[in-house]
Amino acid sequence: MTAQEIHDILKSQFGEAILEAKLENVPDPFIKIQTEKIKEVAEFTKSDDRLQFDYLMCLSGVDYKGKLGITYHLYSMTHRHKIVLKIEVPTETPNVPSVESVWKTANWHEREAYDLFGFNFVGHPDQRRILLPEDWEGHPLRKDYQTPEFYNGMKVPY
Amino acid sequence: MGLLDQKFENSNIVVTTMDNLLNWARLSSLYQMQFGLACCAIEMMAASASNFDMMRFGVIPRATPRQCDVMIVSGTVTLKMASRIKRLYDQMPEPRYVISMGSCSNCGGPYWEHGYHVLKGVDRVIPVDVYVPGCPPRPEALLEGLIKLQEKIRNETMVKKKAV
Repeated sequence: MTAQEIHDILKSQFGEAILEAKLENVPDPFIKIQTEKIKEVAEFTKSDDRLQFDYLMCLSGVDYKGKLGITYHLYSMTHRHKIVLKIEVPTETPNVPSVESVWKTANWHEREAYDLFGFNFVGHPDQRRILLPEDWEGHPLRKDYQTPEFYNGMKVPY
Repeated sequence: MGLLDQKFENSNIVVTTMDNLLNWARLSSLYQMQFGLACCAIEMMAASASNFDMMRFGVIPRATPRQCDVMIVSGTVTLKMASRIKRLYDQMPEPRYVISMGSCSNCGGPYWEHGYHVLKGVDRVIPVDVYVPGCPPRPEALLEGLIKLQEKIRNETMVKKKAV
């Protein structure tokens, strides 16, 4: 199924919740979704017979300077087609509905996004740091992150 | 060596100094802590394997710090790992030696500027005897570092040096 067809199915199902899309002249066509609706869209894309996106290839956080975003790379093992979903949230209140109940693999991906970007995944069963030490302060992949001078008595800068 | 060249004629007695005997024993059986941190560990494994055969220098990997003489820090030391390295070093019995293998462990390597999570040199947490440069160093370079460490041990003495 082409990206345009996938977009049309989502548009007819969710209407206003589909904000914009770029489907041509890009390596990975993407569809931008309203943040509050992302979990419903995710459930639909997985359960609908025409789409059957049963594989979340990657869930990555992005800092757009001023706002944060999440990118979902989806793939269907049955239909061999793929699509990218994107959402955006303000940096001050980065609340995102968790898709852990839809794709189990999102559990660790969302923990990583929380660890490095500081998202708050609403509904995540076990949101804690996955890469950095538990006593780390701040979220390092944010653009405004300042490298600390010391960590546990160890000098960090060169 | 200082052992065989001083033997008496026609007997099994060998005369040497305590320093020579201990140093010879220590440098000939450097038990290595069996752990690796990053890609340098792959080269360390190659050095242990049959082509380069680190065991011919008496280096045997041990899976516990209590039985180790030398720690080869092979790879990037993250801040999360640094406290564990320190603890492992503290658990080793004396005399203990450290070989810092590769640029990351020497000074931070490619993470020297933007690596918020990397310790810029393992010598910030534990003392290092030999630095092996390279990214990663070839097995020959690691063996060279090992021989340098053996030379260092050979010249040690139990007698306290006079103050200079």
